[in-house]
Parts: sequence; structure tokens; C-alpha cells
Amino acid sequence: MNGIALSRRWLLAGAAALALWAGPVAAADTIKVGILHSLSGTMAISETTLKDVMLMLIEEQNKKGGLLGKKLEPVVVDPASNWPLFAEKARELIAKDKVAAVFGCWTSVSRKSVLPVFEELNGILFYPVQYEGEESSRNVFYTGAAPNQQAIPAVDYLMQQEKVERWVLAGTDYVYPRTTNKILEAYLKSKGVKPEDIMINYTPFGHSDWQTIVADIKKFGSAGKKTAVVSTINGDANVPFYKELANQGIKATDIPVVAFSVGEEELAGLDTGPLVGHLAAWNYFMSVDTPENKEFIEKWHAFIKNPKRVTNDPMEAHYIGFNMWVKAVEKAGTTDPDAVIDAMIGVAVPNLSGGYSAMMPNHHITKPVLIGEIQADGQFSIVWQTPGLVVGDEWSDYLEGSKDLIADWRAPMSCGNFNVKTGKCGGS
Amino acid sequence: MRLLLVLLALLAAIAAPPARAQDEAAAREALAVLAAGNLDAMEPAIGTIARSGVPWAEPVLRGLLDGRLLARQADRAVFLRTPEGAILEVASGAPAEVEARALRPIRINNRLRRTLEGALGSLTLASPDRTVRLAAAEKLFARPDPSALEPLEAALAREADPAVRAAFARARAAVLLDHGEPGARAEAATGLAESPSPAVLGKLQAARRALPADVDPATVAALDAAIARVETRLRLLEFAQTFFQGVSLGSVLLLAAIGLAVTFGVMGVINMAHGEMVMLGAYATWAVQQAFRAFLPGALDWSLLAAAPAAFLLAGAAGWAIERGVISRLYGRPLETLLATFGISLILQQAVRLGIGATNREVVTPSWMSGFVEPVPGLALTTNRIVIVLFAVAVFLLLLALVRATRLGLEIRAVTQNRRMAETMGIRTPRVDALTFALGSGIAGIGGVALSQIDNVSPNLGQSYIVDSFIVVVFGGVGNLWGTFLGALTLGVVNKLLEPVAGAVLGKILVLLALILFIQRRPQGLFALRGRAAEA
Amino acid sequence: MARAGLGRPALLLVLVGCAVLLVPVLNRLVPEGSAFHLEDRLVPLFGKYLAYAVLAVALDLVWGRAGILSLGHGAFFALGGYAMGMYLMRQIGPRGVYAHPVLPDFMVFLNWQELPWYWYGFDRFPFALAMVVLVPGALGFVFGWLAFRSRVSGVYLSIITQALTYALMLAFFRNDMGFGGNNGLTDFKDILGFPIASPDTRLGLYLATGVLLLLALAVAIHLRRSPLGRLLVAIRDGEARARFLGHDTLRAKLFVWTLSAVLAGLAGALYVPQVGIINPSEFSPAASIEIAIWVAVGGRDTILGPVLGAFLVNGMKTWLTGAAPELWLFVLGGLFVLVTLVLPKGLVGIVELLPRRRAPAAEPAPRPAEATGG
Repeated sequence: MNGIALSRRWLLAGAAALALWAGPVAAADTIKVGILHSLSGTMAISETTLKDVMLMLIEEQNKKGGLLGKKLEPVVVDPASNWPLFAEKARELIAKDKVAAVFGCWTSVSRKSVLPVFEELNGILFYPVQYEGEESSRNVFYTGAAPNQQAIPAVDYLMQQEKVERWVLAGTDYVYPRTTNKILEAYLKSKGVKPEDIMINYTPFGHSDWQTIVADIKKFGSAGKKTAVVSTINGDANVPFYKELANQGIKATDIPVVAFSVGEEELAGLDTGPLVGHLAAWNYFMSVDTPENKEFIEKWHAFIKNPKRVTNDPMEAHYIGFNMWVKAVEKAGTTDPDAVIDAMIGVAVPNLSGGYSAMMPNHHITKPVLIGEIQADGQFSIVWQTPGLVVGDEWSDYLEGSKDLIADWRAPMSCGNFNVKTGKCGGS
Repeated sequence: MRLLLVLLALLAAIAAPPARAQDEAAAREALAVLAAGNLDAMEPAIGTIARSGVPWAEPVLRGLLDGRLLARQADRAVFLRTPEGAILEVASGAPAEVEARALRPIRINNRLRRTLEGALGSLTLASPDRTVRLAAAEKLFARPDPSALEPLEAALAREADPAVRAAFARARAAVLLDHGEPGARAEAATGLAESPSPAVLGKLQAARRALPADVDPATVAALDAAIARVETRLRLLEFAQTFFQGVSLGSVLLLAAIGLAVTFGVMGVINMAHGEMVMLGAYATWAVQQAFRAFLPGALDWSLLAAAPAAFLLAGAAGWAIERGVISRLYGRPLETLLATFGISLILQQAVRLGIGATNREVVTPSWMSGFVEPVPGLALTTNRIVIVLFAVAVFLLLLALVRATRLGLEIRAVTQNRRMAETMGIRTPRVDALTFALGSGIAGIGGVALSQIDNVSPNLGQSYIVDSFIVVVFGGVGNLWGTFLGALTLGVVNKLLEPVAGAVLGKILVLLALILFIQRRPQGLFALRGRAAEA
Repeated sequence: MARAGLGRPALLLVLVGCAVLLVPVLNRLVPEGSAFHLEDRLVPLFGKYLAYAVLAVALDLVWGRAGILSLGHGAFFALGGYAMGMYLMRQIGPRGVYAHPVLPDFMVFLNWQELPWYWYGFDRFPFALAMVVLVPGALGFVFGWLAFRSRVSGVYLSIITQALTYALMLAFFRNDMGFGGNNGLTDFKDILGFPIASPDTRLGLYLATGVLLLLALAVAIHLRRSPLGRLLVAIRDGEARARFLGHDTLRAKLFVWTLSAVLAGLAGALYVPQVGIINPSEFSPAASIEIAIWVAVGGRDTILGPVLGAFLVNGMKTWLTGAAPELWLFVLGGLFVLVTLVLPKGLVGIVELLPRRRAPAAEPAPRPAEATGG
């Protein structure tokens, strides 16, 4: 037995040497929190920041004395923008590291990939990114925006404030833009927009040559009616898109572009001078003028040791999600997933825009919707805001298949896809 | 003397009617409204200021548009910041003694921006600055304002510069088209048809729709004729535009692939780290720009010129190190170079991600590369694309000259054609190998300088071009620089011609499938090497 | 070279078989709590490695033996995976979130009205299995026939295989294709009536993959000893010469290429139920390059090399992405560079470096084309 122990020690030593990285030493009296964000590959560009913000939030909580008298211990893994690896790492976090909750994922496909794992092993996932809706899982808490918390208010704003009559719906060809545009198309038609006044365009991931499409937009927009572009173009492709817009001389005063995936992080890679006035719809902007936000930004700058780093909406979603989880664990008095999942509903915590966000029975949260215009300094100036909070609508009323569905995870119903017409819980 | 005074007064009345006391008071009140920052109340306030005739109306409105109009939070006093950064009193234009930190720029939105541009349009028609007058005419053309017709006609009457005259005339036609009598509308339409553009077409179509039902048939016919004329011209222009876009895409492909044409095409190294050389070039551009920002802010516009050699040196040095450290040990085993360079590419990407950061870096487009030019009315070519096309051709010719006309080029060709013979002739082949690889990598770095102007500067930059680069080199014919040149341009143009028909994705899929079939027909690419090297 | 110095093939198969059986033994027969017990969660992980190993063996058939470096084998793997994924999607039936009796969820919420024709038949396992074999096989056959007939070879072939998989990736990303776009196919419920998440099903899938690996290895061993295998080596080392000697090189290459594509497809089909998702990124050019890297790390043109390479590289990935999430790419990238520099014949080559009685085989002379640097 001695020999085995010895060789194991050697193995461990070798592992440590190879890893060149000593994580916090695991101790029995900590609560582990999993962080499942890509640190390499195509999505690292967006997700590394979220890993950092989680480390900061956990550090803060530990300074306050931890949770239930125990320290929190982050477990960081790198799913490397590889979707099967996301599932593998999720399984590892829950089954091997026994984390109490996981904060992670960015793309829809990564969430879809880990979803069966969380349901099988009864884990808890906090998903911080705006997404297409059409999902409600008992094991997932959606702290990003559903389409009704972002897309529809933005279109309303353009119709009322900018008197837009002609619409370009441009997006990357994946499920979030497809769904959002389906919803918007139905919504616009319900508002009397004619089909010939809607142009829909899809491009592949990482599309970099926008000459033709921007020229088409320019042409579409010169028909004499006020035109706007609703962009669901994904992260990487935005920089070349905006550069082409600027170079072809499309100004926000002529054809405004409202984006749902362009935040402060994306603008940090752009010269925003020519883009002033283009819009984005989010639930948070770094420029929100509240004491909570000021404190958050200061802490972030101190933590990341760079006063130029920006904050963005998914970071706020993690801030809200983490605080909700802390509160729910305190309420339940345990990190047992079933108890925490039950305790989560109804938990309300301050968000960064000066109100309280609450977890609803459909596992989505209430948020204000803000519309901002890009400024020359890479920030957004908030030009409009919903008067109150908007409840995330998981099943869109504008889609044929989902308008009869609701989700309610409270005790008697406990269903993520209850069909109000048939009175049955989805596929079960 | 009196006559002169009267004339002057008249002129002034056209350019800017003198302010009366109550207008001045109203303008000051409006200023306070601006400071309060309620976006809905600001629109009438802007109108009040513009109509008031106060001398500070134009600078204030322009400042508001440019984000240089500042308000003090405490008492809502308003100040103006000059583009140079000095803070002035609004009314007197004298330097103001205030604490700059207490001031916030007054924020506006797109609707106000349009209102301001409209207001400034008629205010600046009389500006002594030619470009300001042109811009004012452009704005009026884009947003015809019936109240601007009078100042516009006055300005047209005294304008001497032909280009500005033409712009004024177009703006006047646009106003008449929307708001004039039927006869004037027909005349305006005919005039506008002489400068066809999508915007003109849109205006004509809108005007055609807006014609009342009982208008005389001649006006309708004139408008229809104008629309038909513009449509025909636009179709031609569109083809030219598509072709240019194809050439531009081709030049981007060329810049991405040309370094690979050396490392892979000439040396036969399956260089999977090629994309990372491009990425290093882009980051070098960013770094040089940061240095300019810090030390030479006045010359920021020209930092790209300094970035090109910097990118060449950085990527070239990296290439040299890779060749010396790894590839030189692998000659004779070309497929193994794939494995090693793939490893190097992973390491370089992650090194940049950890060292500089995973997020995008900002590379500013110099002012001489932004915007577009219109060689023919209606044909808008973006300046940065033109510059990139010229740059690609220049880099290609430079490389060609280097390979054809220098000692190093001669040695490279000798080693490529027959390594052993070259060795016996006294050429130090290891040195030539290292220099060739460094050259290819350096050229890839220069490609990165151009790509930083149109794409993300991120650790993933290289990955998005690597497959396309290999395809270009293979399509053109491995080992043939001209092949790479023509291959890149052909692929670019074909891609762009297909895009309007098939869409961006299907177009690209079709091009790839066509390429696979093409390689079956001509297994050695567009330009086949002859002799033994072709069997490699 | 041909025997790679590794014992009797039959013994090798038995050895691999024993290694494969280690997982179920440690998982089921060793009691929980023992240091040697293998947790349930690791079974699909090892199953995934096995599927990768089959894929690596398939690539080595064409690369190691015949010298055809395919950088597009991920395409065959993914096509097999999609065929299986379509079967699994159809098995969900009305249990999807929208409770639609036929249409998969992603079609319902994108307003598809009816099932596209190419989805018909996939509700039956035999049909799906036939497609797993036929689709990659047919694509491999057509592509191979076109390429080999016009004697596309070397890097040209490698690059057009990249173009092929790249084009397929772009195509499958399109939501209009009806394969779920970027999200791909996921949320599977059961396979052949067994719940897909149960430990027993997982172990069954693992064993099936193990059997497939043994079969693939048996094919590889048989091929090495058959006249066809020797002809392939002749083609690799001098295709023109083999052709002039009267051999039908096209047929030989086409046969082994198509066989390899089918094997890759089968590997993909067993991979999908174990990882629970199939998505177009499996078609990505980089993923296909990685397969070549497993083979090279393990040892090209050896029996065990591809298997070892697939296990080592993917095992390291699993371990390091958890243990050193920010630095693992340095380790992995460094490994690739190091293996090429120090171990040109891969891990299996270490065996040859050991002192042995037999005189070392003469290093094969470099091919003329390579010697001139291409």
C-alpha cells in the first residue's frame, strides 16, 4: 500500500509540475462553484471576461465571510469553445468536483450541449447571456434577456422615436437570430409593416466581407422610407460589419443600426467615431448612473488591475445570478440542489441599474430594458428606458409552436413547457 | 456709402437675420432647456436657437452635434468646448473659468442629430469654408427642408465654385421634388437623373408615389422617364461595383495568402502557423499605433506606414525563430511540419491571449482611408478598399522583384529547384531556408497590417484566414507567385459575382465545390510547375 | 517498417481487448469506494476516446499505409454522426418540448410545417445504420474516384479534403438545410428503446465502440499482411512505379479510401450517443487536422500508434482543461512540437529506440521529391 501511496504522490507532483498552476488547495469545508467559460478558441474573446468577473464575485463573497460559514472555492475549467467538451466538463464539475452551482456558457449550442448533463445529474446552471428563449429547464436559471426583454422594446423605440417604416433584419445564421427575427417579423407584421418593407439576411459565423450586404442595405434604405437595421450579428463578425458601415458612409442619422449582441466589450475593438448614434438594446450599460454600478465598476477595475476595462450586460447578469444564488442558499440553509432550486424562485436582489431583479417561476428574471446610442468614447448614452421591469418570456407569444406554452417550476405544476390548451405538461 | 451699408445689411439678412432682443432671450431660455437634458424638450429648443439669429447659434448647435456643448450639473450653465479643448463662454466666446470636471457633455439622440443637421444645413450655406458648404448641401439633399429653399437659392446665386454649385443645385432639386409645384417637380426630376445613385432613385420613387392623383400627365411622364434612366445607369454601375468588390475581396485573400505562397508554395512547408504570422502583423499595427498615440499623437494618421515595416520585422523574426528552432530539423519530412507548426500555432494564439488579452484591440482607421470616393456619380468605392487593393499589388510586385532580381531571390530559386546542386555551387542552404521562411512570415505580417483595417484584431484573426489561404495557393498552383496572385483575384471576383445570386454562404460553398472539381481537372492548379518538382 | 516491431498481431488484439475490458471491470466488479473503482461518469468519456481511436485507425489506413494524408476525415465522422443523430432525434417522438408527434423541436420553433424528405426513414434503426455506412461511404467513393482518377496527390489532395470538410461545415451551419444549424442535434432520449443516460446503456455503447475498435484493428492488421496492403505501400513510396508495373493503383486507393471513410462514419455514429450532441463544428477544418495529429503523435503506420495517440492527446485535453485551464494549449502545442522533433515515429517509435537484438532496420531513403524540399 505504501508503494501505491508513494507513486500516487509522485503522480500528483508531476501533475502539479506539468500544470504549472496551483489552484486553491481543496479543503472539505469549502463550497465549490464551477466556472464553465471558454478560455481558448473562438469564444474566448467574450467568455474570459465572465470567468474573471465570477472570480471577483467569489472573492468579494469570501471577504464578507463566505457562505453558510464556509469559504467559496472557484473551480475553473476551459471548455475551449468545443461543444462536446462543454458537456464533458459540465459532467466533471458536477460529478467529480461536486460543485454546488455552475456559472457558465455563452452560445446557445453550448447550453444545449450541457443541458442534458445538468438535468441528469441534478446540477444548477446560471446562464448569463441574452438568448432566443424557447426553453425552461428546472436546472437552469436564465439571467440574460429573453427576446421580449431586448428585441421588442428596441423595435418599439425605433418605430416611435425614429419613425422607422422599413426594416432590415440582419443576423448570423444560428438559432438566436433566426428565432429573434421570426418573432420580430411576426411582431412587425402585426404592427402593419408590409412584407416588402422587411429584408432578412443571414450570414455565417465570423463573416468578414460585408461589402455586398452593406451595399444592399444602403440600396434598401434609399427607397424614400425611413429604414433601420436590426442586427443580431454575432460577436466576431460585428467589427468588420461596423467598419464597412462606416466606410460606406452609412450614418446613424440615415440608417440607424440597433444591435442586440454589441456591447461595450465589442466596441472596445472599434474606432467608434464614425458609429456615433447607432444603437444597442440591453438590460445594462456601463454608463448607467447609479451608486451600485459605480461601486461595481470600481471593484472590477481594482480586481482586473486595469482601469480601462469595460463592463457589459452579461457581467451584470452574472452579478445578479450570483447574488441570487447566495441569497437562495442562505434561505435554504444548504447547497443541496433541490432545496436551492426551490428557494431560488421569488428571490430578489439589486441589479446595477437601480432596481431589484427577481427570479420568476419560469426561471427567468425581471429586468429593465435600456436603449443606448454609441458614443465616440465607446460607451453608450442611454436614450430610452422601460418605465418598469420586464418579465422574461420564455415561450414567445409570436411563435406558432410556443404561444400556448408556459413554464412554472413551483410545486403543483413544476413544468417547463405546460400547454395551456391541452392542459398537459409538454412531452411527458 | 449708404448704398454699401444697405447691401451689407441685406446680405447679412440672407445669411443670418439679425437677432432681436426677445429672440435672444428665447434662445437663452432654450439653452437652459438643452442643459436640462430632456430629449423630447430639446427638439423645439434647437429650432428656437436656430431661428433666433443670435451669432452664437451656429457654434452652439455644431458643438451640440459634436458632443462639445457642456452643461454644469449644479446650475445648468452651458459652456462650449473647442475642438482643441479650450472651454468658452457661450455668448461671448471668451475663455471661461470653470472646473472642467463639473461639466458633462449634453447628450443627444439620432432624432436630434437629424434636427441639428437640418438646422445647420441652412445656417452654413454661407460658410466661407468650401467643405462646410458642400456638407451643408449634402445634408439638405438627404433631408430636404422647404424652409431652406430660399437661403439655398440665394447661396446658389452667389456661388462660384462649380462643384459646390452642382451640389447646391442637387439639394435645390431635392427640395423642389418633394415640395415644389408639379412643373418644378418634373424639372427637378430630370435634373436629378443626371447624377444617378440609389439615393436619387429612392427620392424619385418616393416623389412618384407622392404625386397627387389629378396631376398632369406630363409631370408623371417626366418622373417615370427619370426613374427609368436612373435604373438603367444604376444596373451598369452595380455591375462595376460588384466587380470592384470582387477585386477587393481578392486583394484581401492575396494579402492573407501571399506569405503562405512563399513558406508553403516555394518551400513546401505545410505551415499551419501562417495565420498566426498574419495575426502578429495585426498586433504589431496595434502596438505601433499605441506608441504613436503616446509619443506622436499628431502623426497618428500615418502610423500605418510605420506599422508595415514593424509588422514585417516582428513576423519575420518569429518566422526565422520557428525555422531555426523547429522546421530546419524537419526537412525531408514535409508532413511532419504540419504537426509541429500546428502546435506552434496553438502556442502563439494562447500566448497572445494571455499576454495581450482575449478581447479585440482597436486599430483606428486613418482619416485618409475612411469614407468613399465617387469616380462616377453613383459608383461609391470605399477608400480603405482601394488602398488595400493598391497595397496588395504593391506588396506582390515587391515580393516578385525580390525573388526575380536580388541575390537572395536567386538563391531561393536555386534551392527550390535543386537543393543539392545549389549546395554544391556553394550556396549556404540552411541560411537561405531561414531567410526564405522569415521572408514569407514577414510578408504574412504585412498582410496583417491591411487585415487590421477590415477585421478583428484578436487572437483568432489568423484562424479565420488559414483555410482560405491554403486554398488560394493550391488553386493558383503551388510554387508559383503569379498563380497565387491570379488565384486570389479569381476567387474573390467569382465569390462576389455569386453572392447576389446565391447568398453569402451558398456562394462560398459553390466556390469551394467548384474548386474541388477544378483541382480534379487540373491537379496542379492554375499554373502547373513542370518537371520533377511537380511531383512533390 | 511493415511490422513496426510490435509482436504478433493476434496477441496485440487480445491485449487491446483486455484494455478495453478494463473499464467495465473496474466500473462494475470493483466495489464503489475502492481506489480502483471507475466512476460511472468516466464510462462515456472512455467511450468517446474509443470512438476517436477508431477514427484515428481509419485515418492511418489511408495515411500510414497508402500515404494519402486526408485533412478532411472529420467530414466522414460527422456524417456518420449526423445519420445516428437523426435516428436519435426521431426516437424522441412526441416527447420534445413542443410535444409535436413527428417534427424535432428545432423545426417546430422555426415554423417548419413538415418533415423534409431526407429525414424519412430515420425513425428505423436499420435504415439509420445503413445510412451511417452509405453516406460517408458514397461521399468517400465519389470524392476518391474523382481525385485519384485525375491523380491528385500529396498536399493538393490534403488541401482539397480541407475544402470539402469546410464546404460541408458551411452547409450544415445553414439553418435552411434542416439539420439544426449551429445547435446541431441534441437532447436525445433513448437508443433502441434504452434510455440514453442510464449507466447500462452507456456501458453498452462503450462496449460496442470497443468491439468496433477491435474490428478496425483487425482490418488494419489484415490489410498490412494482404497483397493489397503491400501494393498500398508500393503506391505510397512510388505510385508511378507501381502503376507502370501494371497494378491498378486507382482501385487499390479507392478501396482503402472508401473503407476508411466507412470506418470513420461508424466511429461518428457511436460517438454521438455518448457525447449527446452533434454539431457542424465537427466538420471544422481544424478538427480534421487534429485527427492527423493523434495519428502522428501515436505513430504513423503502426497498429497501436493511432489508438495510443487518440487516447493520449484527448486524455491530456480532458485533464489539462481542468487542471491548467489557461496553460493547457502551451502543453499540448509543446507536445506536438516535441514529438515531431524527438520522436519522429511517434510514441510507438519509443519501442524502436529501446536496445534490441535485431539489427535496426535501415532508415528508408528520403523520397526524391521531399529531398528537394518540394
